[in-house]
Amino acid sequence: MTATTAKSAYRTGVIDGLPFVFVAIPFAVLFGVVATEAGLPLSQVMGFSVMVIAGAAQFAALNMMVHDASILLIVLAALAVNLRMAMYSASLAPWLGKAPLWQRAFVAYLNFDQTYMMSTARYEEQPDWDVPTRIGFFFGVATPLTISWITATLVGVQIGAALPDWLALDFALPITFIALAAPMMRTLPHLVAAGVAAILGLALAGLPSGVGLLIAAAAAMGAGAATEIWMERT
Amino acid sequence: MTLTSDQIWAIIGILAVGTFLIRFSFLGLIGDRALPPLVLRLLRYTPVAVIPAMVAPLVVWPQATGGQPDPVRLAAAGVALLVGVWRRNTLAAMVAGAATLYAGLWLTGL
Repeated sequence: MTATTAKSAYRTGVIDGLPFVFVAIPFAVLFGVVATEAGLPLSQVMGFSVMVIAGAAQFAALNMMVHDASILLIVLAALAVNLRMAMYSASLAPWLGKAPLWQRAFVAYLNFDQTYMMSTARYEEQPDWDVPTRIGFFFGVATPLTISWITATLVGVQIGAALPDWLALDFALPITFIALAAPMMRTLPHLVAAGVAAILGLALAGLPSGVGLLIAAAAAMGAGAATEIWMERT
Repeated sequence: MTLTSDQIWAIIGILAVGTFLIRFSFLGLIGDRALPPLVLRLLRYTPVAVIPAMVAPLVVWPQATGGQPDPVRLAAAGVALLVGVWRRNTLAAMVAGAATLYAGLWLTGL
């Protein structure tokens, strides 16, 4: 048996997804701690982590709630932070579009930065995988992440403000995202896109939360694609 | 915080539905219809476009120092980036970044 079945792809996915647990746990604990300190009851903290299940947007919403922003602005900012996932959705569609609707709905619920990146990287390496195998792998990557995200939020609520400051958990998110993106800098267009994104991300940081990010990301995607076209012509 | 419990539940509910619809969008609506080549070309750069734009301000103006640039956090981010590009390995980059962060925080006595 050399063919990869959906079941073995699920197991491979679980193993590939395990390292992200070390990132999801501190990040989710931190959300539980910060949200509890902000005065949210357990049910609402868990409501965020189970129903919204999007770390960066959860922090963005919480931050604006603490600063008494209007409900409209809170919702718009948090959704803007999540708009990148529409791009993930579009990029998964060619691989998973033939799966049954209910499976695509579950994939959508579990469409995180890490599941998306790990899965599309694997799909490109294994172009002969069929759709059930791809789905199995995706759910495999999502399983340890989802379980640890939800339970670690709960742990964060329980320990509350007892965490020492020297852990510097605030920096778990930036290091995680850098570690996710850095191995993708394989080609010149990728480097150009990342450079444009970082520079514009800094230059537009003064705009309302999420807006600068969207402009910077759109410009960076254009810069990456343009560099690719330019390289093909020379 | 001046929001009532009902208002917070409303925020959670809207974000839950909105986030799901964003995540479902193309997967749900487009299904297996092929996307135009230019769209695929643009999408190839999604992660390397979104992540640096999101991370750069967090690295340069970290929350923990009240938005003041912090040499230790800049060094940790730089090491994570270099190790990630060099080793092509996410976990190695995370470990190297975290090690740099803790070593730097310990050395500067914060």
